[in-house]
Amino acid sequence: MTRLTAYVEGIGLLGPGLNDWPSGAVLLAGASPYVPQATVLPTPAALPPAERRRTGAIVKLALAVGFEATSRAGMSPATLHSVFASSGGDGHNCHEICQTLASNDRQLSPTRFHNSVHNAAAGYWSIAAGATPSSNVVCAYDASFSAGLLEALTQVVVDRTAVLLLACDVSYPEPLHAKRSIPDAFGVALVLAPERRESSLACLTATLTDAPADRIADPLLEAARSSIPAARSLPMLRMLARREPGRVVIDYLDVQRVAVEVSACR
Amino acid sequence: MTPLFLTHFTATSCIGRGLEETLAALKAQRTGLAACAFETVNLDTHIGEVSGVDSERLPAGLQEFDCRNNRLAQLGLRQDGFTEAVRNSARRWGRQRVGVFLGTSTSGILETELAYRHRDPATGSLPDSFQYRGTHNAFSVADFARQALDLEGPAAVVCSACSSSAKVFASARRMMAAGLIDAAVVGGVDSLCLTTLYGFHSLQLVSRTPCRPFDTGRDGISIGEAAAFALLERVPTTLEDDTVALLGIGESSDAYHMSSPHPDGHGAQAAMLQALETAGLQPQEIDYINLHGTGTPSNDSAEGRAVAAVLGSKVPGSSTKGATGHTLGAAGALEAVICALALQHDLMPAGLNSRDIDQTLGVQYLLENRRGRVARVMSNSFGFGGSNCSLVFGRTRPGGRSE
Repeated sequence: MTRLTAYVEGIGLLGPGLNDWPSGAVLLAGASPYVPQATVLPTPAALPPAERRRTGAIVKLALAVGFEATSRAGMSPATLHSVFASSGGDGHNCHEICQTLASNDRQLSPTRFHNSVHNAAAGYWSIAAGATPSSNVVCAYDASFSAGLLEALTQVVVDRTAVLLLACDVSYPEPLHAKRSIPDAFGVALVLAPERRESSLACLTATLTDAPADRIADPLLEAARSSIPAARSLPMLRMLARREPGRVVIDYLDVQRVAVEVSACR
Repeated sequence: MTPLFLTHFTATSCIGRGLEETLAALKAQRTGLAACAFETVNLDTHIGEVSGVDSERLPAGLQEFDCRNNRLAQLGLRQDGFTEAVRNSARRWGRQRVGVFLGTSTSGILETELAYRHRDPATGSLPDSFQYRGTHNAFSVADFARQALDLEGPAAVVCSACSSSAKVFASARRMMAAGLIDAAVVGGVDSLCLTTLYGFHSLQLVSRTPCRPFDTGRDGISIGEAAAFALLERVPTTLEDDTVALLGIGESSDAYHMSSPHPDGHGAQAAMLQALETAGLQPQEIDYINLHGTGTPSNDSAEGRAVAAVLGSKVPGSSTKGATGHTLGAAGALEAVICALALQHDLMPAGLNSRDIDQTLGVQYLLENRRGRVARVMSNSFGFGGSNCSLVFGRTRPGGRSE
């Protein structure tokens, strides 16, 4: 069986009631009760003012977790390959475009259009971070987190390079929200490296499995896990937060899931 | 990198359904671009529309996927015995050992655009018939293809705008090299919609005439649509003398601007150099380059500079977008298939519509088809967000070594 191993060098987290990795880890480890509150998205300071004004929620989210993970890893974001996983891109922007195209005046704003690409967050990230290595952008609906994890892990294992994985999802406004009900923004970023370093946080070893995905006993965290594709990562993040060795199965496709063995390095 | 074999491939675009029609159009230097009469679009432009897409009927069990993009995907999968080839590969390797990695930029967004015209006047809600997951979501085309082809392996859609279906080759290569799969269906499907037609228009990047890549008077793109697929295998089921292999891949980011390339094509240069390096080839070993060549002033100028810097100004090249239009998320796969045909038929296809080549761009741009030995080719794909991908393909010789 193929085993994909990588070392976690840094983590970034932002979601409902989860404001960054250290404070989120306390909640995920069960040290204090998890109370969901609307996700607060910071202004992306790393972008030039003109670009900053044009960015939507998914870009703010990606930049926040991306910079948190790379700064905690003590690695320059400019040199890292990146993998972006998202189910739907910028939902608000998409709604505005569809609304304009259904109106009598179909004139779109150029910024709306270039922000409509699924890789908008990847594009703004590369500009903000000055990152010129490859950037891969994947979507697999509810399986998007695991698709991104596999894309990142295969790059770490095959190309022996460090990779920044970012999984981000934001809500659609109505009427799309009724068809795709993602309740709030959730983003996670992991810096994954091929070799263990002194600063490595944990070791991940992933395999494909047909075992069912693990659920979370806490109903509020389970609600986030099951309703936001990027939050399918929560069972794995809980193990990282607890720093206990163990195995977790995360959601992927109909017949395949991803089993991840987690062991803390320090 | 270890070469991977394109044991089967197919393409459907406005120049033809399947390889035979596509090759015939290339040989005849025939464009498929025509004045835009798509849906209710009221723009003075030319497009590459595939005829008969909406007569395509999806199987009863896959109705939730019914949209123009998946109809085009099915039309493409039906050509050249591709579906049967994939089924044979799945029998050989196992259904869970064949992955599906497809590129698209807009998926089935046309369905959403249409649904927004039929919102409930009282509540604003979308019609009950609108199926987000099967049509709008970017994964829809890979989900559909995976089910239609009866596969159970890893799958994802790569959604990096106009480099999407070049980058699927990279994702599939890593999956195979890591040992997760033995074969992969890679490709791209993108279909006409109002978002891209009005969107590129808003950026003033659409030409009124059929696009003229690398021409001094180039003034924008012509949007097209296509479905193109390849079956990539580590070890080919059959190895003919003219089996095409993927020899090298380069990927980079511009980190410059969302919708304009770096003026000197720095990112493009990095991608081309990496593609040569992973293929273990020198620049002079490339016989033909299929340019990204969209036909906008800034794209072609940046690419021309990058090509001249990496390959020199002697390599024959062309953009086949004058024939097919810019098929966006399907362009990488469509042009990979055109490169495969170039290799198998020793045909360097002309760039159509262009007359007065911009001599400042440093590319030996082909205005007429050229016949001659084609053993190794490069294909460029660059997208919004500064996402670059270059691929190198070659012919194999008996014994499975690349030529």
